Amino acid sequence: MKKLLKRYRVFLLSVAIFAVLIMMNRDLGIKALGISAYSFREMLLVVPPVFVLLGLLDVWVPRETMIKYMGEDSGFKGTLLAFILGSAAAGPLYGAFPIAAVFMKKGVKFSNVLIFIGAWATTKIPMLLFEIAALGTQFAFTRLIVNIPGILIIAYIITKFVSKKEVEEMYAAAAKMTE
Amino acid sequence: METYILYGVTFILFILSALKDKKKTKMSLKKAWKAFENILPEFLVVLLLLGVMLAVLEPAVISKIIGAESGWRGTILAALVGSIVLIPGFVAFPTADLLLQGGAGLVQIGAFVSTLMMVGIVTFPVEIKYFGKKTSILRNGLGFLFSFLVAGIIGIVVR
Repeated sequence: MKKLLKRYRVFLLSVAIFAVLIMMNRDLGIKALGISAYSFREMLLVVPPVFVLLGLLDVWVPRETMIKYMGEDSGFKGTLLAFILGSAAAGPLYGAFPIAAVFMKKGVKFSNVLIFIGAWATTKIPMLLFEIAALGTQFAFTRLIVNIPGILIIAYIITKFVSKKEVEEMYAAAAKMTE
Repeated sequence: METYILYGVTFILFILSALKDKKKTKMSLKKAWKAFENILPEFLVVLLLLGVMLAVLEPAVISKIIGAESGWRGTILAALVGSIVLIPGFVAFPTADLLLQGGAGLVQIGAFVSTLMMVGIVTFPVEIKYFGKKTSILRNGLGFLFSFLVAGIIGIVVR
């Protein structure tokens, strides 16, 4: 019980702040509550398949396979694969993080994990179709073309700043999440 | 539509898995639940933050801040607004289109769309849990800076 309270303390604090907001500005508070409820529904819709996929990935794909294709020595092939997997994804970015954790657990190279996240965020193919429809082909493709090297550059810079020890700690924490 | 594909693929893989090995499939579900339960508190915080942010930042408000004449200041504000909110693409892009029609500038919209995708202050609690503070700050910070390049190039290329 105490552990549960500790884990949810930030959530409880947010609920309290929310309650204060509703008391101070009723209209705004109710509106915010409505949007939160709507987002909750959306999350409920997206979350189950993402986590089931993550579970299947964890159980079926051996660590050796992941290391071979996306690990330390996977080179260009690993980078390309990270790009493709991220781009083929569906769902909001918060769905990418748990999957990235399984990647870490399976020994995927840190830069490839970052590229996967970057691709999920910006070069998702289903999203691109929406973007073209709303903002035009020129806008969407210009952004895409600039973003592709951007993802690589950002991943590269992060790997330069984060030490090997920090990466190891991150990987150890990620491995615990599905144990 | 995205969601249907996601469900379809998951369903097929799950059935295949169950046909091949029931025990392993059961284990995968257990792991899925564990991973979900692990991040649930952070998810809930994100949802509450999101509600407040989006309630305050209506399209009309954003449009006003990032008009075509708003220049550098408008671009920075657009990038900031994009960094805070997290809206799914099928809502985000039509919103961006509305903002354009409402008088927002193309460069500003470029910055807005780019940070919308790359930077998530609201989702920070979730990201930190997986990547730690340092990597999360670096990723979001670099994404923020990079968005100005994206915006600039869009301003030059797109007519």
